[in-house]
Amino acid sequence: MDSSHPLPVSLPPVFREWFAARGWAIRRHQQELLDLAESGRSALLVAPTGAGKTLAGFLPPLIELYHELQGPPAQRRRGLHTLYISPLKALAVDIARNLEAPSKEMRLGVRIETRTGDTPIEKRARQRHDPPDILLTTPEQLALLLSHKDAGDLFGGLRTIVLDELHAIENTKRGDLLALGLGRLASIAPQARRVGLSATVADPDRLRRYLVPQFVGHERMADLVVADPGAAPEVAILRTRERIPWAGHRGAYAMPDIMAAIKAVRSALLFVNTRSQAEASFQALWQLNDENLPIALHHGSLSVEQRRKVEQAMTLGKLRAVVCTSTLELGVDWGAIDLVIQLGAPKGSSRMMQRIGRSNHRLDESSQALFVPTNRFEVLECVAAKQAIEEGIQDGDLPRPGGLDVLAQHVVGRGCAEPFDMDTLYEEITAAAPYAHLDRQTVERVVDFAATGGYALRRYEQYHKLERLADGRYTIASRKAAQQYRLNVGTIVEAPMIKLRSIRRGGKARGTGAAPQVTHVAGKPVGRAGFHIGEVEEWFIEQLRPGDTFLFAGQVWRFEGMAENEAYASKTEEKEPMVPSYMGGKFPLSTFLASRVRALLADPEQWRFLPGQVSWWLDLQRAKSSIPKAEQMLVETFPRGSRHYLACYPFEGRLAHQTLGMLLTQRLEKMRMRPMGFMANDYALTVWALGDMSRLDMHLLFSDEGVGDGLDAWMADSNLLKRTFRTCATIAGLIDRRHPGHEKTGRQMMVNSDLIYEVLGRHEPDHILLQATREDVSAGLLDLARMRQLLERIRPAGRILHRTLAQISPLAVPLMMEIGRESIGGEANEDLLAEVADEFMEILNG
Amino acid sequence: MAEAAAAGELATALVNGAGLVFDRSGAAWWPEERLLVVADLHFEKGSSFAARRGVLLPPYDTRETLARLEAACAVYRPKTVIALGDSFHDLGAAGRLGIDELASIRALTGGRDWYWIEGNHDPKPPENLGGWCVAMLACGPLTFRHLPQQGDQPGEVAGHLHPAARVTVRGRGLRRRCFVTDGSRLILPSFGAYTGGLDVRDPAFAGLLAPRFHAWMIGQDRVYPVASGKLS
Repeated sequence: MDSSHPLPVSLPPVFREWFAARGWAIRRHQQELLDLAESGRSALLVAPTGAGKTLAGFLPPLIELYHELQGPPAQRRRGLHTLYISPLKALAVDIARNLEAPSKEMRLGVRIETRTGDTPIEKRARQRHDPPDILLTTPEQLALLLSHKDAGDLFGGLRTIVLDELHAIENTKRGDLLALGLGRLASIAPQARRVGLSATVADPDRLRRYLVPQFVGHERMADLVVADPGAAPEVAILRTRERIPWAGHRGAYAMPDIMAAIKAVRSALLFVNTRSQAEASFQALWQLNDENLPIALHHGSLSVEQRRKVEQAMTLGKLRAVVCTSTLELGVDWGAIDLVIQLGAPKGSSRMMQRIGRSNHRLDESSQALFVPTNRFEVLECVAAKQAIEEGIQDGDLPRPGGLDVLAQHVVGRGCAEPFDMDTLYEEITAAAPYAHLDRQTVERVVDFAATGGYALRRYEQYHKLERLADGRYTIASRKAAQQYRLNVGTIVEAPMIKLRSIRRGGKARGTGAAPQVTHVAGKPVGRAGFHIGEVEEWFIEQLRPGDTFLFAGQVWRFEGMAENEAYASKTEEKEPMVPSYMGGKFPLSTFLASRVRALLADPEQWRFLPGQVSWWLDLQRAKSSIPKAEQMLVETFPRGSRHYLACYPFEGRLAHQTLGMLLTQRLEKMRMRPMGFMANDYALTVWALGDMSRLDMHLLFSDEGVGDGLDAWMADSNLLKRTFRTCATIAGLIDRRHPGHEKTGRQMMVNSDLIYEVLGRHEPDHILLQATREDVSAGLLDLARMRQLLERIRPAGRILHRTLAQISPLAVPLMMEIGRESIGGEANEDLLAEVADEFMEILNG
Repeated sequence: MAEAAAAGELATALVNGAGLVFDRSGAAWWPEERLLVVADLHFEKGSSFAARRGVLLPPYDTRETLARLEAACAVYRPKTVIALGDSFHDLGAAGRLGIDELASIRALTGGRDWYWIEGNHDPKPPENLGGWCVAMLACGPLTFRHLPQQGDQPGEVAGHLHPAARVTVRGRGLRRRCFVTDGSRLILPSFGAYTGGLDVRDPAFAGLLAPRFHAWMIGQDRVYPVASGKLS
């Protein structure tokens, strides 16, 4: 192998014939990628769906391999030629299948294999010493491959690295993991070119930097190839005679219209924003499905087998519609989808364009989309999003620095592969764009953490995971530590899940064979164990009491109880579940869309674009309360039930409102208002308290002074920080991942991460993992910058429009109907406890 | 008793006739005997994860637990302290204690009568740290042991189960460590910094308490009595 003389890669006759036989011409961007490959350059290809992205990426390596395999066997390179990384293993498998076709038809003799978590162990072992020419895999598998001693042999001759759907992974923790793997590959295989494939993004330069190795103080970028845009999508907003609800996310009013839209096309995808929304709309559609159209359900909590079945049926064209969440946002090309329906707010123009791109994968025809708002606020957002998409404007996300927890994981993997010294490690790490600016001292602290926990109290030298050799290099300390690393690799930390199993209530076991075990819950048999329905978030199960009914997998279930790590439920005939699932949006409203929504609201001239019932609602708001001017923020205070409410409408997006909610509750606590909780959505924030807030000085409450102090205090005790810590600690390897179904030790054997967080915070507040947690919180979950901008905007006199109302306002109605999940600690909690205790006292005294 | 608790000062209850104060730390105080009792300290639980499983948890749990214990002793100035077993997380725990922690423990056991009750984690508590190791201890109307015994056991004060309770008030669930007593028997919450809780509704508690009992839930500044019927 000689990297200075790239193989000639003009289109050989066999390829030309193959193109011609299909009546295909080579596209401009495909040719440009070929030219860049010839000169050995890395490139980012930005192209719409249906533009032949995959072929563009693989054509150069296929041609190289063709030449290579034509040549004398003695000169052949050993090891991998091309590495393809996809965020989805299903996509990797599908692309492999698509590559097999040209390879077979042209008799190239190229070996193409996939490697995912599903690949049999023997095959995985074989792939390491006898690799294929092209390997298609995932970021996690790359990390695992790099953690073996033979990684140098495997990747040494690598010529091309293809990163698919790069836009979907680049700015995430998985992207950090992949970037660190690429940094390592840069030193094992410096000759390998990188090719990134991406949908249209707001900031392609960030992806261009991500693709190529960075050098300290010298920014580098891959070349950019932009394919011709496809036909613009056609977006419609549902026109309906029905009443659009004021609140909620069910969209029940629109189901007949949605059913009609599904009937009118060959196949449709119905996207929703949350699992529970998927459940609810699936059930609602089936109640209307007189013709028994094949309509399926797909979301992340369903068992893998169920999801695969749906995907297969879709591939075979057997389904008329799938109700799905972001699980089907990326993935294999199904070609024949005629219509994408978005139920609920689009949240961002880029995400929405990705979803719309799932329909009609032909470049010259428009994708068809139908937006269905589920409530009146969402109508505003749908109108804003439709305008943005028609203008083709992407909304960018804020770049986040590389996660220190991911780095800690990588460092252990690095030690598993071979001993490393600090200089080399630092060079490799800073070659990865997300870590390009990391200082050396932080890297050393992360290594110290990976080795011995990094505690000021040096207690664990004897239990180290990385051992320091005499020459100063680090290596993995034991097989056990390596094993632990391999079991825990990856950055996706699921919320703790509980296995949900169906049982027949007190019934007898049906069927033949071994009788299923009688299930005992709290010592009492409650029925017979049945099949595994799926996984449910632990917090959701914990709020249920036996007898409560809830929706799951398209069916209403009666909760029967819990035993060890499983929850049990029986089917019921009831149509309406008693316990509503959490309906809050999973994705925050993008800054870009939020500002468009704000402008739309403030300008009554534009209300003519809105359905009559929505403009009527806004007119009513103008009559009963006020409509704020563009530069103003409306604050309303009113009593309701035994509580006092404060509602404000910054229209700054959920993240900023959540941050503001934390700040306000903390300040209200100080003002002795005894806040009970707050609820933030994309449009507004509501705080409720036991005290009356109508006479407060709003400019004081919303002051932009001392914002940092207030938040620090709040954050120190917040659930948000604890949840983030749990994720960081898991990724960094401080606590073991829970592998559902493989838990040897009971839950009581684990140390609760909240307790670890509290103890560490008290005894070593500057620990690297707490630093990682704080960085994550401020970069991701808390949109501090956006909230500060808001507070500055409303600082001048007259910018806060405060209305004291005797009752709830039209705009506030939707807010009252959404239930807050973010609870706050502090005084109000104590009041609640006292309340129960007081009742007890009365009984005692009475 | 009612007035005191309502005033937010002391949480007091009668257990088999003995008047006990439930402290926020998780310790129970018997003023009449100047006796402080704590359960399930689990010293060096953190380092046991490092030693056995290579999981390097913050090695500060013992000093955190000791700091809470020192604070309780400073407030109540007990003549006698009883640690109700599982004081040491495993048989090697004492060997892993740091110099500072060893000094703290010796200072605590030195100034008063100190009893280490045997637990299932520490059937043989270390003997070089001061205090006496006993299987159980009877004192007036109360009997102190680690594992609660089945059947009617008036006056039993035990640990082992790490009780915690949940109440739902106005749609919000609160879960807290708690003391549980039916007036006859008392089970203490776990005191150790890395110890979790087990819901009092768990089958493990079955048969130990009368149908009506109280969970004394540990709040931010107070301990709140909640009747068993109000737990969720």
